[in-house]
Amino acid sequence: MDEAQGTLEEVRDDTGARLGMWFFILSELLFFGGMFILYSAYRYKNPTAFHLASMELDVALGTLNTLVLLTSSLSVAISIAAIQRGERKISIVLLIITVLLGLLFLVNKGFEWGIKIEHGLYPNSSVLLGRPKGEILFFGLYYVMTGLHGLHVLVGVAVFSVMLRFILRDKINQTRFVPLENAGLYWHLVDILWLFLFPLFYLIR
Amino acid sequence: MTSTGVAEPISFYHDHGRYRGILSWVLSLDHKRIGLLYMIFVFGFFMIGVILGFFMRLEMIAPGGAIMGPQRYNSLFTLHGIIMIFLVVIPAIPTVFGNFFLPIQIGARDVAFPRINLLSWWLYISGATIVALAVFTGEGPPDTGWTFYAPYSLRTTVNVPLAVFGVFILGMSSILTGINFVTTTHRLRAPGMTWRRLPLFVWGIYSTSWVQILATPVIGITMVLIFLERYFGVGVFDPTRGGDPLLYQHLFWIYSHPATYIMILPAMGIVSDVIPVFARKRIFGYMAIAVSGMAIAAVGSLVWGHHMFVSGQSDFANMLFSLLTFLVAVPSAIKVFNWIATLHKGSLVLEPPLFFCLVFIFLFSIGGLTGLIQGALAPNMHLHDTYWIPAHFHYIIFGGMGFGLFAGLHYWFPKMFGRMYNRRMAMGALVVMFVGFNIFYFSMLLLGWEGMPRRYYDYLPQFRSLHLSATFGSWILIAGLILMFGNLFRALVKGEKAGDNPWDGATLEWQIASPPPTENFATIPVVKGGPHDFKEFESHG
Repeated sequence: MDEAQGTLEEVRDDTGARLGMWFFILSELLFFGGMFILYSAYRYKNPTAFHLASMELDVALGTLNTLVLLTSSLSVAISIAAIQRGERKISIVLLIITVLLGLLFLVNKGFEWGIKIEHGLYPNSSVLLGRPKGEILFFGLYYVMTGLHGLHVLVGVAVFSVMLRFILRDKINQTRFVPLENAGLYWHLVDILWLFLFPLFYLIR
Repeated sequence: MTSTGVAEPISFYHDHGRYRGILSWVLSLDHKRIGLLYMIFVFGFFMIGVILGFFMRLEMIAPGGAIMGPQRYNSLFTLHGIIMIFLVVIPAIPTVFGNFFLPIQIGARDVAFPRINLLSWWLYISGATIVALAVFTGEGPPDTGWTFYAPYSLRTTVNVPLAVFGVFILGMSSILTGINFVTTTHRLRAPGMTWRRLPLFVWGIYSTSWVQILATPVIGITMVLIFLERYFGVGVFDPTRGGDPLLYQHLFWIYSHPATYIMILPAMGIVSDVIPVFARKRIFGYMAIAVSGMAIAAVGSLVWGHHMFVSGQSDFANMLFSLLTFLVAVPSAIKVFNWIATLHKGSLVLEPPLFFCLVFIFLFSIGGLTGLIQGALAPNMHLHDTYWIPAHFHYIIFGGMGFGLFAGLHYWFPKMFGRMYNRRMAMGALVVMFVGFNIFYFSMLLLGWEGMPRRYYDYLPQFRSLHLSATFGSWILIAGLILMFGNLFRALVKGEKAGDNPWDGATLEWQIASPPPTENFATIPVVKGGPHDFKEFESHG
């Protein structure tokens, strides 16, 4: 979120910017909420098929990704704390780490999808269509939900790259850090969403 | 309220900012310019929607496919729905009048996020362009109805994916607008502008914006899923793959029912602000109106299942949704009673905006009461998917939201453009529209009662006379619309100067110049009274 502009004297409303970000996050929660409704309804209808299908997901890769994302949330939180204290260098380093961790998450996810696709398990594939309906739904939801989550990770990485530029150009500094804070809020949202997706797809068996 | 009289401030029409020509509009961060940008397109799309509706009615003038076949008729009612719902009635009042007047009414210089405001407009235009592409490319325009019900929307060969993608983009625009207005209302109120002093239009936009933030993402994901379903065959709504089309209906109406409150709440806000000005009297039950708006937004978000009484949901769900539907009628009725109570013993000033409001109350009441009839379970079996439903809907949305929009247009026109329209002509146009409207839609109510199914291009001979009168009414209605817009357009070109406060309004927008200057206020005003303190005007009026 940007600072308010286009007024006589420059108006800056940090609280307003934070408020706007929270409203945006609420809206994102309901976006994913629609998919969580679908997941619960279909799991309720097809308990066995969901159970069997989820056995096929790689818990180790999922756990690794969970760790990666949690760590990235930590690094961005410290990065924000650092810029508030004027530790510009530490903030930059930690932001770079966050971006790298985000990319690592996506690479991991790519591998995971790659293996599944190699086994012929992707929407509309003949292998998947030969399976029980519950499993078609499980994998359909798996691709849609982790895919849209992955898209959010990608957006987060892009946003952090822009923030990095802002820090380097001194547009974000000790006295002016709300954009970075808001980007951090968004990243925590992405993180929390994953903390629900991970058990729903990998752990409940 | 204080006046902010600095020697003749330059109006926002003449201050073009950083850019020149067309760029000074499409890249402007000024909320008033953005509001007018929306206005041009909203009314443009409204005309297209009306023309589509005209041809639908013309087709129904006689049985046996008077001027077109079934496929074309399907596309026609689909496009009429998509354009009217997503491009006109959902955005209309918040984006046009909300943008133009919400900041002024709370004593602010602009919205909280002017750049995001401009982004919203660009998303709106992009979404509209994508919908237009869906009409002219691929295997033809969508024919699913504006509801895109699965599984038909997954099967039909016509251009559904592009259309739902367009709706998704329009949803993003709507969410950003909502976020902007809620933040603006919370953060940018002038000193002294307490929540109890907010003009009721602001309350209307505020409650609407909450629905926009919380409900629109649900249609966002629904449209994304239709899109993914079409291209990747995921199967979540496809019964052959285990998906449940009923869940599609749930997700769709979780947004689209609250969306009808996105449409009507701002109109109620306009009416609540206009009536006191022309009754020269404080609104009856200010807090009741403000809070009932929020209550409609909250309870209205929980009634979506009443669209699905015959879709096969459980009896228990049916009863629950029917009960909630009856509950949501209570705050709506509170508003109607309060408006009437405000008129009672007021010193009525008989000007066009007031008459538009009276027509609003009349038509909205018919819409609301017919809504209760179809919200009860037993009559719903009979009325479901008949002409009764679109007739009720048009009484609420066209009769309510549409005439609320026109009331706002006639109320604020002198402020927005600095010129006054011909008031007698405005009254005349209103009478013509009122007559045409009722001949048109009351015939449709009767048709539905007698069992005429909606969305059919043909009908049995027994429905002939009512269809004929509905088509006849549609012509009168369109004639009235032409008169009204013609009158306003004429005023735009050669109307007489309106003055700063032609209606003696007490809200802040009437205390500044017409048209308002850039930044609205030279110094941010200090608010000392409510929105309906007319005493000042009585002493020297």
